Amino acid sequence: MAGLTLRNVGKRYGAMSIIQGLNLDIHDGEFLVLVGPSGCGKSTLLRMIAGLEDISEGTISIGGKVVNDLPASKRELSMVFQSYALYPHMSVRKNLAFGLQNFKVSGAEVERRVAEAARILQIEQLMDRKPRQLSGGQKQRVAIGRSIVREPQLFLFDEPLSNLDAELRVQMRAELASLYARLGTTMIYVTHDQVEAMTMASRIVVLRGGKIEQFGTPQELYTRPQNLFVAGFIGSPKINMLQAKAKRGAGGTVVSVAGMPDFAIAELPTDDQALTLCVRPSSLRVGNGDITGEGTVRLVEYLGSETLLHIALSSGQVLLVSDNGRTSYRMGDAVKIGFDLPDLHYFDSRGQRIEVIQNESQAQ
Amino acid sequence: MKRFFARNAPAYVFLLPWLIGFFLLALGPILASLYLSFTRYDMVSAPRWIGWGNYEYMFTRDRRFWKALEVTFTYVALAVPARLIMALGVAMLLDKGLRTIGLYRAIFYLPSLLGASIAIAILWRQLFAADGVVNQVLAMVGIQGASWITDPDTSLYTLVVLAMWQFGSPMLIFLAGLRGIPRDLYEAAEIDGTPRWRQFTRITLPLLAPVIFFNLVLQTIDSFKTFSSAFIISNGTGAPADSLLFYTVYLFNEAFKFFRMGYASALAWFLLVIIATFTAIAFFTSKYWVHYENERD
Repeated sequence: MAGLTLRNVGKRYGAMSIIQGLNLDIHDGEFLVLVGPSGCGKSTLLRMIAGLEDISEGTISIGGKVVNDLPASKRELSMVFQSYALYPHMSVRKNLAFGLQNFKVSGAEVERRVAEAARILQIEQLMDRKPRQLSGGQKQRVAIGRSIVREPQLFLFDEPLSNLDAELRVQMRAELASLYARLGTTMIYVTHDQVEAMTMASRIVVLRGGKIEQFGTPQELYTRPQNLFVAGFIGSPKINMLQAKAKRGAGGTVVSVAGMPDFAIAELPTDDQALTLCVRPSSLRVGNGDITGEGTVRLVEYLGSETLLHIALSSGQVLLVSDNGRTSYRMGDAVKIGFDLPDLHYFDSRGQRIEVIQNESQAQ
Repeated sequence: MKRFFARNAPAYVFLLPWLIGFFLLALGPILASLYLSFTRYDMVSAPRWIGWGNYEYMFTRDRRFWKALEVTFTYVALAVPARLIMALGVAMLLDKGLRTIGLYRAIFYLPSLLGASIAIAILWRQLFAADGVVNQVLAMVGIQGASWITDPDTSLYTLVVLAMWQFGSPMLIFLAGLRGIPRDLYEAAEIDGTPRWRQFTRITLPLLAPVIFFNLVLQTIDSFKTFSSAFIISNGTGAPADSLLFYTVYLFNEAFKFFRMGYASALAWFLLVIIATFTAIAFFTSKYWVHYENERD
């Protein structure tokens, strides 16, 4: 097992900068997820850690040792590819053993490790099959097995579940989580799916345009997003964003949102007048809250355990409200919509989080 | 039946030129030559049926036939692997992702386009002549070169070198095959510390096997039929000392020099049997070494 340190790591292709001055400290035994939209540089970063891509600047250290100039095979890591990268002409057994044969591991030891991986991943009955005779989930297990037999210090996963169907993805997610609990090895996992990131990670790095937007635990990212991008990216259904105006007065600051009553806050640590307020659909409710407005139900999406209500305020803005599955609202119903002040997230005009001190009571 | 023709008439009209060509220019002569192979025919008098006579003569009394077989088999055994190795080597170099790959592809393919032409064969003769460019270059480093083409011991090898030089067509097919092998496999191998040579033998070659097989069959057939270069370089005789007496050159001479059309037809049919046998062997053994990605079993 080993931790990983990235210092001012950058990657350029000609004049184009893919990753810029990245700093990260990944603890020994941590499950780190790199998440972000397509093209954010997460896969490139993983490949740089793996040694499959050169780095343009900075240093990468694994277990305290700088590995910039070490070839991939000397970094004591293994990688699971999105495409599985199984050798199509080899049986599962040979696929598992192939890598070990390069490391002067004795025949008996190869056999032991292959059998152990097969047992952990429950693929013992597939050992003599070729990859084309396997289902997507089975291929994925073999690919993971190939990583396990190496007994690496560091596991890298490049969107390993994205080729699987939804049901299998949920199942494999759970299996990966239990594999992590069992092995306790440092894992770095790339995905564009924030649900995967939230459910599996010890900590998450949200990347955009080659820069870190936020680095923290899933709870931190969900409850205290540092900017609008993270607020919008993390959480499903997506967070509601409301444009607001702040007006300073003697007793504090009054915030007005079109379609909702004004309210006061004690202190706003910014001179900005244009704010964005965010509130999660689960923090909104049909009925009274600290702040209560009125709206009309535009759409009802019944999901079983919950119902998503699309409610239009008088300003025309539509808010998403997560209600319980027993809701009886219908399209066209006039309803009250409320939220509590502590559930609001404030962002300035540059999209950065502002910590706001709330008043005890709301202004009318 | 009437409706079938009414419905498909336009298709047959379009097919007609090809059908006429096939029946008159291909199938007709093929069947005629099969018949002629059992006759004595000099193109002046009518063919005379002699049964297996031509074949019997071929196998039992014609020493030049055996010589032609020896020359041709030696050539095929050397030229096919040489050309395929050359083609694969160049394809792997080009697969490294050069920026000017399009240009190189065209340049390397050029000899294949020109290779079968008379001009190149003549050029080859000049290059390997006693006072040719090859010997002049060798002379510069103090080596007295042989008289490559007129020496029966070396003449065949000059043709093998020519064959090697015409690697363009299999090279393009190899290149396409190499491009079809997912990069991920090499990256996975890289992380697993697989040395380059082992990557080549354990990943590239097995995954390229269908393409190797295709090229092998095509090049074997092609090499058995080698004619124009051998004909030009040997002045149409198979000289020196029959060392360039390729099967097709011998067949041509029997047909168009000595007008033994019946015997030449028998030679042609036996060449077909040889090619068919080799192709069949290749197909039969392929199941042991050719892996197809989308094969079902």
